[in-house]
Amino acid sequence: MYFNEEIETLPRQALEALQLKRLQGMLERIYANVPFYRETFTKNGINPGDVKSLDDLRRMPFTLKQDMRDSYPYGLFAANMEDIVRIHASSGTTGKPTVVGYTQKDINTWTELIARSFVTAGAHRGDIIHNAYGYGLFTGGLGAHYGAENLGASVIPMSGGNTKRQILIMKDFGSTVLTCTPSYSLYLAEAALEEGVDIRSLNLRVGIFGAEPWSESMRQEIQEKLNISAIDIYGLSEIMGPGVAIECQEAKCGLHIWEDHFIPEIINPETGERVPEGELGELVITTITKEGIPLLRYRTRDITSITYEPCICGRSHARIARMSGRSDDMLIIRGVNVFPSQIESILMQVEGVEPHYILIVDRKDNLDSLEVQVEVGERLFSDEVKHLQSLAATIEKQIKDLLGITCKVRLVEPKTIMRSEGKAKRVIDNRVR
Amino acid sequence: MKVEQISIFIENKSGRLAEVATALGEVEVNIRALSLADTSDFGILRLIVNDSEKAKQILKEKGFTVSKTEVVAIEVPDRPGGLAEILHVLDQDGINVEYMYAFVERCGGNAVIIFRFDEIDKAIHCLVERGFNVLEGERLYQM
Repeated sequence: MYFNEEIETLPRQALEALQLKRLQGMLERIYANVPFYRETFTKNGINPGDVKSLDDLRRMPFTLKQDMRDSYPYGLFAANMEDIVRIHASSGTTGKPTVVGYTQKDINTWTELIARSFVTAGAHRGDIIHNAYGYGLFTGGLGAHYGAENLGASVIPMSGGNTKRQILIMKDFGSTVLTCTPSYSLYLAEAALEEGVDIRSLNLRVGIFGAEPWSESMRQEIQEKLNISAIDIYGLSEIMGPGVAIECQEAKCGLHIWEDHFIPEIINPETGERVPEGELGELVITTITKEGIPLLRYRTRDITSITYEPCICGRSHARIARMSGRSDDMLIIRGVNVFPSQIESILMQVEGVEPHYILIVDRKDNLDSLEVQVEVGERLFSDEVKHLQSLAATIEKQIKDLLGITCKVRLVEPKTIMRSEGKAKRVIDNRVR
Repeated sequence: MKVEQISIFIENKSGRLAEVATALGEVEVNIRALSLADTSDFGILRLIVNDSEKAKQILKEKGFTVSKTEVVAIEVPDRPGGLAEILHVLDQDGINVEYMYAFVERCGGNAVIIFRFDEIDKAIHCLVERGFNVLEGERLYQM
């Protein structure tokens, strides 16, 4: 099933020709309309006309999140304010938020790409989409909302929070598709259990989860606990919002990135050079159709790899791998690079471990220490001390073997780790105070 | 012949034991015997109470992780060497004691010891055969 069969299955040669044409137009547009880019081009002795092939893109300068902050709020906009019909902003965990603006055409593109993504995930016209992404400045809620309407589904604009009510509505309204963060889906499953609702027996069929990195083992856990097919969706507000890339239900192996609107590149974050196909690196995206705030080679800080191999679903658009973390939330513990998602996969492989954990990084006597707090639920608990101690030792050994770092596993009581209704907080780094 | 024990996971932080005791007191559950195994991070509180179902329910409501385990209560002659006799026969039959602790009340003139075995049925069989008095749960809860 496709939403836009012609473009989703466009042969690569035609797709690349389209990309080049759109890229050249985009370069002309930003040179003419955005002082930041005009100055950058002049400083580097670049002309928009220098790009004769897609390969020439590698010689163009990057755009950083810092550039967006420096031009706060509207400095990078390429359209007149009277043509901007919507403004969103990122959560701005450090300093000011990053602001993005959409023209009507940008909104139309976005709703098309969300509709494509939802069909790719296995949703269709007539589905009842329970949208628990937050509504507001965050792109998740409204992005998914209008895309789902465009698809012809019935959207329940739940937004986040008020978990008991979410469960009641999911049950009574017969929601068939759930959209939220992966960690919130497990929180919903847990809350349903407490409410005496068997979430597995509801009409839910597909879950479309994004806005935070998650692991393959967490997918298994979600599919088991909610009895649904769980699909990874990718996006970021700077580029558009959710729907930049999505897994197909057929393969569930990599996320198709909509290349008729975005050009992805994978670079070595240290050198800025492209890495070979299949190798891990930082995802860099160029938006080739956006009018509101087009970005040239935007450094996403998300770590992934790319493949152009044909997919069994028939779509010709390249696939990026599930995000293995962010190059900026990567922890460096005693010189070892660690992604919270790696520790999560290890935890989820231990029988009975719940997906509620937190990493506490500290520095004692100039030495980094990592403590992994794991909740002891009924499935883990034993009345014998030696069993619990050996459980903690097993996890410590696994982390040591797979990641090469020594850590301390602390078993804590259930519900002591803060539950999140949006992005889960996985790390407390006391070294950076 | 088996006695129901409830075990509670407790993080090593101040006030948690008091919360357990208070919760049980509020629903009028009486603690008959207890033992606390502790490590530097956490402890396991094991209790024999007059109503384990009620105890389990209230503690779960308070957010504790609780489990039920079957243990064995044995009457031990209250004289030097009384406990040794029991441990000796268990050793002879190759039965391993996971842990044990003493009951608060006495039974007649004798002490009562709670045992946790991995092979509980084999242990009961062995003890009864050698003439030791294995106490019924019902009797213990009411003592």
